[in-house]
Amino acid sequence: MSAEKMLPQIIKNMGVKLLLDKAHVPGIRFFETYRKEGGYQAVEKALKQMDPASIVEEVKKSGVRGRGGAGFPAGMKWSFIAKPEGVPRHLVCNADESEPGTFKDRYLMEFLPHLLIEGLIISSFALGSNDTYIYIRGEYAWIVDILEQAIDEAKAAGFLGKNILGTGFDCNIYVQRGAGAYICGEETALIESLEGKRGNPRIKPPFPAIEGLWKRPTVVNNVETLAAVVPIINMGGDEYAKIGVGRSTGTKLISACGNINKPGVYEIEMTLSVEEFLYSDEYCGGIANGKRLKACIPGGSSVPILPANLLLKTAKGETRLMNYESLSDGGFATGSMMGSGGFIVLDEDQCIVKNTYTLARFYRHESCGQCSPCREGTGWMEKILKNIDTGKGKMSDIDLLWDIQRKIEGNTICPLGDAAAWPVAAAIRHFRDEFEWHVNHPEEAQKRNYGLAHYADPIHVPA
Amino acid sequence: MSKFNDEQLKEFSRLVARYPEGKQKSALLPVLHLAQDSFGGWLSAETMDYVAEMLQISPIEVYEVATFYSMYNLKPIGKHLFEVCQTGPCMINGSDDIIEYIGTKLGIKPGETTTDGMFTLKTVECLGACGYAPMMQMGKHYQEHLTKEKIDAIIDECRKNAAANN
Repeated sequence: MSAEKMLPQIIKNMGVKLLLDKAHVPGIRFFETYRKEGGYQAVEKALKQMDPASIVEEVKKSGVRGRGGAGFPAGMKWSFIAKPEGVPRHLVCNADESEPGTFKDRYLMEFLPHLLIEGLIISSFALGSNDTYIYIRGEYAWIVDILEQAIDEAKAAGFLGKNILGTGFDCNIYVQRGAGAYICGEETALIESLEGKRGNPRIKPPFPAIEGLWKRPTVVNNVETLAAVVPIINMGGDEYAKIGVGRSTGTKLISACGNINKPGVYEIEMTLSVEEFLYSDEYCGGIANGKRLKACIPGGSSVPILPANLLLKTAKGETRLMNYESLSDGGFATGSMMGSGGFIVLDEDQCIVKNTYTLARFYRHESCGQCSPCREGTGWMEKILKNIDTGKGKMSDIDLLWDIQRKIEGNTICPLGDAAAWPVAAAIRHFRDEFEWHVNHPEEAQKRNYGLAHYADPIHVPA
Repeated sequence: MSKFNDEQLKEFSRLVARYPEGKQKSALLPVLHLAQDSFGGWLSAETMDYVAEMLQISPIEVYEVATFYSMYNLKPIGKHLFEVCQTGPCMINGSDDIIEYIGTKLGIKPGETTTDGMFTLKTVECLGACGYAPMMQMGKHYQEHLTKEKIDAIIDECRKNAAANN
């Protein structure tokens, strides 16, 4: 483990791009250009030279982990799909990107729709899905048109529809719009929604791989995961796994936002240090307006927020890297998570209480209401945080908040409860004195922010 | 009561055809979007009953879905709906000021419609445009990197178009 962690510090990041390398080619959104640039070769290879089992094997070998946030190995998820005789199976692409700070799938679909379609055709073939659905958040309304045009183009070129490339494999892809519900990014809620119901997550088991859409075996994967199948097939799973480090193989899309000079979507190799990602001109370009870094939520709003002094280095004083293992180094005490790759940066002028309040409001708004700890708890947390933010908080509120989040975490059907609890817990864990300052200085806190305080001071590393 | 015209019926059939026999309820979300777009930007009880009839499901199955998802409007809205994001990443980039500016300029609070029926202001949670904050949704598209000047221009444009159409 430690040798693995030491290694990346001496590996030069080569800046390999597997997904976005052609994103800026004019016309790449359309079939003709995408094809000219080498597109759909992976479909030809997969359908003509490989069988479904060997495709699953390559995806397993690649080590690619679910890019929606959970990070579960995609090849393993595929291998769980049940194959009862005579029952159709389905692949569903999760394009319900809704985690605050995350806008990478949108970028991929807007600029490279054919990359996703290509990944979907191969994955549908591997899983035996003749009817594949893309469930996209309802607000991304214009992207539905982009995807449907790409599907029509692929169909006209013989890559979709009946008897694709003469192999006897039939596949159709449909785009389904959601209608504004974060919870539908949870795979069983997504399936419920696709069946025309409220997005209430199901109790697992049974898992979707056994009983999913219309009680049929179903695999739900994120947009980025399915797009990554294209380079995996083109280069082979073993080669893909050589990029990155440890169990963080391949490349990852990071959507960076907040108080930085260059917000946007970046494809990184997971050997890149957080410091380089944040400060180099190739990526975020540093903190905007010459200000100093106060805090960062590195993987979408539900992952723990870290103060500046725990972001760039771990508690052990090692360089923190942009990958699954390094971002979670130190557990929740001093680490965070890779999550969905939504990298939210807060400068010295930002108020942690206010930020936490807006996130608590978000999760209250998005709770489906099925489980009482989440339905009631998210409402309590929002109200208490609003009180503290507006100068009406009590010192005991901070302990009450801590108590509520503890009672939500782990006590709900789906992970939305955890997602709501973690940001509140981490904010209190690392910024408790800022909360106390709000309680003790209610009037001053309406006029100014707590500022950087000691949050960027170097941390003492025990020898 | 309004019914889908021929073109809307064609779209309805296209949507329902995506699902296996007997699973037409799966088309409910897209059909509600179609109904909302077709019948004045909101879903009345009559519209929901009509959708239930079209999909051969009970009205309650439509009501429970229409009330769950935030994009369905259950009361009339203005000609132009401003849905301004207020979640973390937009907040730290000044969305509070944008919401206040629009509210003051139009004389309405979030959730209200101007008396001339032109504009409705609504605050929403994260729409996935965090890198281009502050932002709002207007119909099918996003308006990003909002500033007061940009808001002025958008409102002027809406009014100009309305005047030209009168």
